[in-house]
Amino acid sequence: MNRTLILGGMLTGLFVLGAVLSFFWTPGDVQAMNIAGRLKPPSADHFLGTDHFGRDILSMIMVGARTSIAVALVAVGIGMGLGVPLGLAAAAWRGGWLDEIISRMNDLIFAFPSLVIAILITAVFGAGAINAIIAIGIFNIPVFARLTRGAALSYWSREFILAARVAGKGRARISVEHILPNVTNLLIVQGTIQFSLGILAEAGLSYVGLGAQPPIPSWGRMLADAQTMVALAPHVAIIPGLAIVLMVLGLNLLGDGLRDHLDPRLRVIRT
Amino acid sequence: MLRYALKRLTSLAVSLLIASVVIFVVVEIAPGDPASFMLGINAQPDTIAALRAELGLDVPKFQRYLDWVGGMLVGDFGTSYTYRTEVSGMIADRLWISLPLAIYALMISTLIAFPAGIIAASRRGRPADIGVMGATQLGVAIPNFWFAMLLVLLFAIKLRWFSAGGFPGWESPAEAIKALTLPAIALALPQAAILARVMRSSLIDILGEDFIRTARAKGLSRRQALWRHGLRNALIPVLTIIGLQFSFLIAGAIIIEQVFFLPGLGRLIFQAITQRDLIVVESVVMLLVFAVIIVNFMVDLAYAAVDPRLRART
Repeated sequence: MNRTLILGGMLTGLFVLGAVLSFFWTPGDVQAMNIAGRLKPPSADHFLGTDHFGRDILSMIMVGARTSIAVALVAVGIGMGLGVPLGLAAAAWRGGWLDEIISRMNDLIFAFPSLVIAILITAVFGAGAINAIIAIGIFNIPVFARLTRGAALSYWSREFILAARVAGKGRARISVEHILPNVTNLLIVQGTIQFSLGILAEAGLSYVGLGAQPPIPSWGRMLADAQTMVALAPHVAIIPGLAIVLMVLGLNLLGDGLRDHLDPRLRVIRT
Repeated sequence: MLRYALKRLTSLAVSLLIASVVIFVVVEIAPGDPASFMLGINAQPDTIAALRAELGLDVPKFQRYLDWVGGMLVGDFGTSYTYRTEVSGMIADRLWISLPLAIYALMISTLIAFPAGIIAASRRGRPADIGVMGATQLGVAIPNFWFAMLLVLLFAIKLRWFSAGGFPGWESPAEAIKALTLPAIALALPQAAILARVMRSSLIDILGEDFIRTARAKGLSRRQALWRHGLRNALIPVLTIIGLQFSFLIAGAIIIEQVFFLPGLGRLIFQAITQRDLIVVESVVMLLVFAVIIVNFMVDLAYAAVDPRLRART
């Protein structure tokens, strides 16, 4: 175990724990407004202070973590669920029509400014957590497809695959039984990176009002609400941002640490 | 070289064609009819039909697509539904903010990333390297719009060196550049962090090459070998990333413009979305995609010109 892995795991674990805990208990009520106690700096009653409606910020951060994690996690799930089979198939039938289409599509999607298209999708189909998930998830598909294809190709020329083919296994079965287990480590590491990018993307979308809608708390929305109050109560703007930074930092460290732990030679896609 | 350029040009055209179809389809299947939206819920059906005809919404979808694409090819982006002015004119006005902002940010990002990456690579494993790498970890984790808010808090509200937002126009270039400075820094930071990492790892790879050892063997110091032979070779992956970053800068600019109330393409797109001004949405998104595809195309060509080996590949 290396230090990066432990630090990253602890930071990520902290937020996941906070999100899970928020289902059962939060220090304050995230729906209750208390105008008299609004914009209070951190104190013994409110560990991280209160926002412009007098809601407890710590509670908002905990419930907001739920939104961020859910959106990013499902988006990674969409990317892996569709991207990995596509990548495996493209590698198994290398040079075939599927491989050709997938490679073309990948080039094209990488050429699109992802956030612009995410904004377009959420704007056209309506703002909300579900559409944010789809918008972010779509761009995870080519990342995983490309990564899986590249990694799978390097295994197709190996002896143990040849042995499996001699034993009479078909390409699809070899992909699932022999290739997939070998690329799992790589997928896990890339998954944490996409997870952290998803958190950032969700924050950006909800900041411009296209993510989860009120009354569901989300970190990006908290920042948007805080923007006009920056001068009055800086903590309202600083704390949700710090939450995003720490969560993303934690996931990135976790990803780096996992890579070093599982296989330092792994090459992941970082943009 | 010419054959390679033609081949890339064909795939560029295909990319643009597919992009235009995707954007048109996505915007067309959007719920909500612009005409009934503009006239409100009490409008008579025949009034709506008349407005639909006036806006050209009654022609078949396929015909509208052809008109849209055909118009764009000759610089005609159509007429805005809400403002009844030329979309091309609206875009041109906003472009004078968004484009300088993206270029400004790209400059800042390069100016930070190059020295940081070079220092980290040449002092690998030492405190300077660890410091730079730590800073880049933080840099990629910070959402640029939040960083923008922190900049406003410090430089506009506390120190009062800059204004918190708005744009004075290009009549006085110094004021205009000043107004774009905080947004550009906010936009540049995460990109600088990524670029510095790429610069570092690319240089480290190159410094392990045989030709660097040869350069050292013939008597060059580490520093001389790095500057004369290492840097130029390390630039290839760095250029790719700079090309890719252009798309992030454009997208990032949309959000940063919201933070600083800059009347650029980002604000135009959000206004158009809320007013269901579909023609503006389509055209602005298409323009952004076009810019990104063209920039990446030029980066590819630049490589092929520099490195003949790349021409053989695709």
